[in-house]
Amino acid sequence: MTSAVPVIDVHELTKVFGKKTVVDKVSLSVNEGEIYGFLGPNGSGKTTTIRMLCGLLRPDGGKGTCLGHDVLSESELIKPHVGYMAQRFSLYGDLSVRENLEFMARMYGVADRRRAVNDTMERMNLAGFAATLAGNLSGGWKQRLALAACMIHSPRLLLLDEPTAGVDPTARRDFWDEVHKLAGQGITALISTHYMDEAERCHRLAYIAYGKLLTTGTAAEIVARENLATWEISGPGLYALIDGLRALPGVEQVVAFGVTLHVSGRDAAALEAHLPPFLAGRATAVRIASSLEEVFISLMRGTRP
Amino acid sequence: MTRLFSPSRFAAMVAKEFVQMRRDRLTFGMMVGIPLLQLILFGYAINSDPKHLPTAVLDNDRSVFSRTVLAGMKNSQYFEFVEEVEGEKRVEELLRLGRIQFVVTIPPDFGRDLVRGQRPVLLLEADATDPSATSNAAASMQQIVRGTMNRDLTGPLAPLQSREGPVELRFHPRYNPEAVTQFNIVPGLMGVVLTMTLVIITSLAITRERERGTMENLLITPVRPLEVLLGKLVPYILVGYIQMALIVVAARYLFEVPFLGSLPLLFAVSFLFIAANLGVGITFSTVAQNQLQAVQMSFFFFLPSILLSGFMFPFRGMPEWAQYLGSVLPLTHFLRIVRGVVLKGNGLADIAPHLWPIALFLVASLGIGVKRYRQTLD
Ligand SMILES: Nc1ncnc2c1ncn2[C@@H]1O[C@H](COP(=O)(O)OP(=O)(O)OP(=O)(O)O)[C@@H](O)[C@H]1O
Ligand SMILES: [Mg+2]
Repeated sequence: MTSAVPVIDVHELTKVFGKKTVVDKVSLSVNEGEIYGFLGPNGSGKTTTIRMLCGLLRPDGGKGTCLGHDVLSESELIKPHVGYMAQRFSLYGDLSVRENLEFMARMYGVADRRRAVNDTMERMNLAGFAATLAGNLSGGWKQRLALAACMIHSPRLLLLDEPTAGVDPTARRDFWDEVHKLAGQGITALISTHYMDEAERCHRLAYIAYGKLLTTGTAAEIVARENLATWEISGPGLYALIDGLRALPGVEQVVAFGVTLHVSGRDAAALEAHLPPFLAGRATAVRIASSLEEVFISLMRGTRP
Repeated sequence: MTRLFSPSRFAAMVAKEFVQMRRDRLTFGMMVGIPLLQLILFGYAINSDPKHLPTAVLDNDRSVFSRTVLAGMKNSQYFEFVEEVEGEKRVEELLRLGRIQFVVTIPPDFGRDLVRGQRPVLLLEADATDPSATSNAAASMQQIVRGTMNRDLTGPLAPLQSREGPVELRFHPRYNPEAVTQFNIVPGLMGVVLTMTLVIITSLAITRERERGTMENLLITPVRPLEVLLGKLVPYILVGYIQMALIVVAARYLFEVPFLGSLPLLFAVSFLFIAANLGVGITFSTVAQNQLQAVQMSFFFFLPSILLSGFMFPFRGMPEWAQYLGSVLPLTHFLRIVRGVVLKGNGLADIAPHLWPIALFLVASLGIGVKRYRQTLD
């Protein structure tokens, strides 16, 4: 049941704080039932973009729709159908878990509130903490509560700002299973994250740096488009080689990966020519497929202001 | 090596504090503004020797002598004649409404009795709800009468001067006959306590949300500004009534303040006053950037309220500009209502003129609050 109009369809959204353009003409299009990953380094404008989508911030430029309503003038119509999870814990620390959920359910006018709250606590394993003050929960459990709270009114669109930051691997897996299940029911999710494994679980991705949208597409498309060549170097005493490798023509990044080094660059020919002579007798190099992370780092380097 | 005190760390701290202070303009402004305000108010506005007190005259004699007495009173600067009345009924009315502070009554045949040496009675009645407003003027009365009479009693009348005085002066402090300051202060305290606590508490309401980051979560819900603002007010209306009830009980049983008027009436009209204070608080909270600023703004409002409302110092003792300023404040009008109802037995019709200024204030303050309330984070 995909509709013709994308759930999020914005063009050239711009936000300026003082003299700084924090989000610079970002255009996004997210379809119904899609899980859309939003990536980018710290301070790149992810949170600001998400806030503009749901009416928490007024865009200074651009236009577009969210759930079919104008993001500039109809945020009152958008809000009831959006589940937004802020990056910073923003529920009431002096209310208990149950009270927070009930407050949110009330705010959205959820029918059969009691059941909605109980079901949500059950599903998110929060039942044991019902009476605990939200402020006294551990960081990861706060995240889970926030997630539960933003889904209590069965929104059609989830805007989740780093929902799994500080959450343990099991809970993270549960979370992604849940998101995929919801997507199957036609619920759309825009999720910002710094985790590459999470990026790979998204249907499509957008990568933003310094306020500018650098690339969008599936993980495979992005990797293919960037055309980055990567070699895995292995051998004894690798750390002594790092500085030398960085100085080689064509080398853009050298990253330690366990007991190996990953060397990448867009100029495959130059690397092909200079790597073997430099390593001769000291280590071996094997060409491998570039990972998303290497691609993103390369993208970010290319646009540093 | 770690030291307990490092001068360089200390210097860095000081520098940082200065930078922060410079960035927080409002706090800085308040730090300057409050002492300044205090200085101005205490230095110029406060006058514990009020003059030109509105006085009504009931002259049943209209002789040379009665006119001399009245002229003497006028010259003393304590009394300002605002109305010449015909009968007791009007006098009662003026006193009850608080339009006048004094009534001077000159009996029929005052001049004749005076000349005959029969010591006629000169009656000075006062609205003594606030004893400090009347005491100096009343005390000066003896002096005035003696001084002016002696000028007229010359020649054959000169012997009249030498006795205990040619006139018998009677002083009737009304409403608070023993001039018990508490009778005036305690009902007034009701207004002061409500102003102080309610404004501070509500001024923190929205500021706290913003400071703790919970505003983000609140704004994303479909909630509307007025829902937020009023939702935050309602609990405090209850708090206000609890405070009032406590003070009423204390006034009645600790200070034995007489309650002449209707308590239900007092509680009913207090709603307006409580709401007006909450309106101010909530408006402050939409302006303040952090909780400290909110508290400071509350004090900025509280200070003139307590000084210019007639709580601490007689309203009529203040210069005109201070009285105008005072008339804007809800506390000024509420004090008159409380004192009127409690000490004078005022009914609704009597206090009605003091209700609409409070209502106006409430509408204005809430209006600004709603207008200032932002539905976005920027
Ligand atoms: N209210 C504000 N006033 C001024 N500048 C702001 C404001 N909010 C954000 N910024 C600036 O906008 C830029 C983008 O911030 P934003 O929070 O959107 O980044 P982000 O991509 O979410 O980063 P992170 O991964 O660290 O969460 C930053 O430089 C930040 O300092
Ligand atoms: Mg962010």
